[in-house]
Amino acid sequence: MSSTDISINEDVHHAHEEHDHHHDQNFFEKYIFSQDHKTIGKQFLITGIFWAFVGGFLSILFRLQLGWPEATFTFLEPILGGWIENGKLNPEFYLALVTMHGTIMVFFVLTAGLSGTFFNFLIPLQIGARDMASGFMNMLSYWFFFLASVILFTSLFLETGPAAGGWTVYPPLSALPEALAGSGSGMTLWLIAMALFIVSQLLGGVNYITTVINLRTKGMSMTKMPLTIWAFFLTAILGLLAFPVLFSAALLLIFDRSFGTSFFLSDIYIGGQALAHSGGSPILFQHLFWFLGHPEVYIVIMPAFGIVSEVITTNSRKPIFGYRAMIGSLMGIALLSFVVWAHHMFVSGMNPFLGSVFMFLTLIIAVPSAVKVFNWLATLWRANIRFTSAMMFAIGFVSLFISGGLTGIILGNSSLDIQLHDTYFVVAHFHLVMGAAAFFGMFCGVYHWFPKMFGRMMDEKLGFVHFWLTFVSVYLVFMPMHYLGIAGFPRRYYTWTGFEAFNVFTDMNTFISIAAILGFSAQFIFLFNFVYSIFKGRRATANPWHANTLEWTTPVLPGHGNWPGEIPAVYRWPYDYSKPGAAEDFIPQTVPFSETQSSNLPQEKDFE
Amino acid sequence: MVARSFDENKSTTGIHPLKFSLWLIIISIIMMFAAFTSAYIVRREEGNWLEFDLPSILLINTVVIVLSSVTMQLAHNSAKSNNLQTLKLMLLLTLGLGIAFLVGQWYGWSELVHNNVYFGGSTSNPAGSFLYVLTGVHGFHIITGLIFVLIVLMSSMKYKVHSKNMLRIQLCTIYWHFLGGLWLYLYIFLRLNH
Repeated sequence: MSSTDISINEDVHHAHEEHDHHHDQNFFEKYIFSQDHKTIGKQFLITGIFWAFVGGFLSILFRLQLGWPEATFTFLEPILGGWIENGKLNPEFYLALVTMHGTIMVFFVLTAGLSGTFFNFLIPLQIGARDMASGFMNMLSYWFFFLASVILFTSLFLETGPAAGGWTVYPPLSALPEALAGSGSGMTLWLIAMALFIVSQLLGGVNYITTVINLRTKGMSMTKMPLTIWAFFLTAILGLLAFPVLFSAALLLIFDRSFGTSFFLSDIYIGGQALAHSGGSPILFQHLFWFLGHPEVYIVIMPAFGIVSEVITTNSRKPIFGYRAMIGSLMGIALLSFVVWAHHMFVSGMNPFLGSVFMFLTLIIAVPSAVKVFNWLATLWRANIRFTSAMMFAIGFVSLFISGGLTGIILGNSSLDIQLHDTYFVVAHFHLVMGAAAFFGMFCGVYHWFPKMFGRMMDEKLGFVHFWLTFVSVYLVFMPMHYLGIAGFPRRYYTWTGFEAFNVFTDMNTFISIAAILGFSAQFIFLFNFVYSIFKGRRATANPWHANTLEWTTPVLPGHGNWPGEIPAVYRWPYDYSKPGAAEDFIPQTVPFSETQSSNLPQEKDFE
Repeated sequence: MVARSFDENKSTTGIHPLKFSLWLIIISIIMMFAAFTSAYIVRREEGNWLEFDLPSILLINTVVIVLSSVTMQLAHNSAKSNNLQTLKLMLLLTLGLGIAFLVGQWYGWSELVHNNVYFGGSTSNPAGSFLYVLTGVHGFHIITGLIFVLIVLMSSMKYKVHSKNMLRIQLCTIYWHFLGGLWLYLYIFLRLNH
C-alpha cells in the first residue's frame, strides 16, 4: 500500500524510511510495534484477558480464605511461598490480594482491556476511517499500558508484597510505609504503574475523540453513528476529564510519601511518636480520588452499554427502540457522573446537607439508566431473537444491570448507607452492576466481533456452556452477598470467625466461594474457545451476523487501511432491520435510498 | 500506510486532527490544574493554613510570560507573511523569555525558602507546598512548551516554516498562549487566595 507521508509520521518512520513505500512490514512492525488500530485493539484484548485471569485468580485466593477460614492452605505454598505461614494465609497478603484484585479488574481489565480493545478496533471501522487520527499516539498508548502492566505485575512478586491499602489507596494507609508491608515499595510501584496507565488512557482518549469528531466518512453524521460509537465517544470524554484529576491526586500522594509534604497527612502517631507531617487532610484525597473514581465506573460500564445496544438490535432483527433516547440517556449519565462523587463518602463526616444534595443527584441517575433498560427490553419485545453467544451475554448484561442497579437506589440514600457502608452489600452491588455486567459486555463484544478480528467464528456450543456457567455462578456468588451485607458483614476483613454476629455465616461464605470457583473455572472454557478459534475456528464470511454497520462491508480480514478501494459513503442510520417492504431483513448503512424504493418511508422519499 | 487516513478522510470539522488533539490535551491539563486549585481552596477552608507573602518576583515573571506570548504571536504572523528573518528572531525571543520566566520562578522559590516557606519537612505547611506544586507542575509544562518552540525554531532554520507550512507553528502558538494563560490564571488565583 503506497503512502503519502505527512508531518506527524516523520519521526516514526525515520529509521526505516526506505520501507515506507512498500508493503513489506516485518514481524515487529506488523504485530509488535504496529500502528494499525486493529492490531492495537487485539494487543489490548490479549493483555486484558491475561490480566483478567490474574485478577480472577487473586479473588479465588481470598475467597478460599473467606470460605474456609479454619482450613490450612499448605497446598498453596508452591505458588505463594512465604505468604503461607503455618498453612495460614498471611493477613497483610490478604489485604494485598483484595487491593490488587480491585486495581487489576477496574483499571487494567475493564478500563484498558474493554475500552482499549473495542474503541481501537471498532471506532475507525464503524465510522469509516482508514485508521485512528494518530497511529503513533495510538501505539504509544498501548506501550504505556504495557509498561504499566509490567510494573504492576512485578509488584506482585516483591518480598514485601504489592500495594495493600485497598484499590482506592486512601492515605494514610497508602502514604506511610510504616502502615503496612505493602505500603512500601509495593505502593511505589502501584503509583508509578498508575501514572503510566493514566498517560496511556489520555493518549488513547485524545485519539478516540479526535477520530470520532474529525474522520467520519461521507454521510456519517453524528445522528447516523451506531450507538457503540456514541457510547465510546462519551466514555472517552469522561476519561479525558477524569483521569487528569487522579493524576493530580497521585502526584500529591507521591510528594507526601517521598518528599515530606503534608497534603493528606496530619496528627499521626506511630508507637507514641508524632510524625512530622501536620496540616494535611485525608478527606481531600477522597474527594480528589472519587472525582475520578465515580466517572471511572461509567468509563467501565458505558462501553458495555454501546456494545450491548448494538448486539441486541442486530440479533433481535429490529431497529433499536429509542435511538435518540439512548444517546440522550448516555449524555445524561455522562453529565451526572461528575456531580455524584461524594456518595462514596457519606460516612466520612461530611455535612449532612451536602450529603442530601449528593443523594438527590445520585438518585437522578436512575432515570437515564431506566430509560436504557426500558429501550433494551422494548427492542427485545416480540423480536425474532437469534440466540447467538453474543446475544446471550447481551441479555445477561441487561439482567445483571437491572439487579445490580436496583441496589444502587438503596445505597444512594445517605441514611441507609450508614448501615450498609463497607459491607458486602456494597460489594454485591458494584460487582453486579459494573463488574460482572461490564465483563458480560466484554464477552458479548468478543463473541460478536471475533469474526472481524480473526476471520473465524467462535464455537457457539462452547459459548453457550460458558454463558450459562458464568451467568449462574455470578448470581450464586453475589446474591447471597446482599444478605451478608444487610447483616452488617464488613468487607476487607481477613478473619471474621471471632465475631459472634458473623459466625453463623460460615456455610454461606463457603457456598459463595464454591460458586466463585465454579465461575472462575468456566472462564477457561472461554479461553480455550478463544485460542482454539483463532487458529482452528470455522471460517467467517464478511458479514456473518447480517449486520448493518460499516465494519461488515470490509473484507473478511481487513488489511491496513480497512477498505481495499474507496471508503464507502453512508446513507442511512445503522438500524434498518426488518424494514417492511425490504428484500432482506437488513439494509446496510451503505445502501442509498434510491435502491430501496419499496421499503422507504414517506419522509425518506426525498432522499431517493 | 497510516498516513492515508488524513488524505482521504477530509476532516469532518475542517479543523486539522492534530490541532483538535492539541485542544483535547489542553483540556486534560486544565482538568489537572482545576483539581489542584480546587484542592487548594478546599484545604484552605479547613484552617491551619500558613499565610505568607507571595514572592514579589512573580509579578515580573507574569509580565515576562505575557511578553513571550506577544513575541510568539509575532513569530506566527511573520511566518504567515513569509517574513522568515523576523520569524527566527521572534522565536528566539520567545525561547529567551520562556527561559527567563523559568529562571524567575526559580528565584521565586529561593525567595520562599529564604522566608522559611518549605516544600516538605516538619516545618512545612500545605499552603507552601501547594505553591511549589502549582508553580512546579506549571514549570514542567513550560519546559515541554520550550522544547516545542525549539523544534519549531530548528525547522524554521531549515526553511520548513512558512505561509504554506503553518501547522507546526500554529500548534506551537496555541500551546504557548495556553501556558501563558494558565500562568495568568494561577497568578490571579494565588493573589485572590492569599
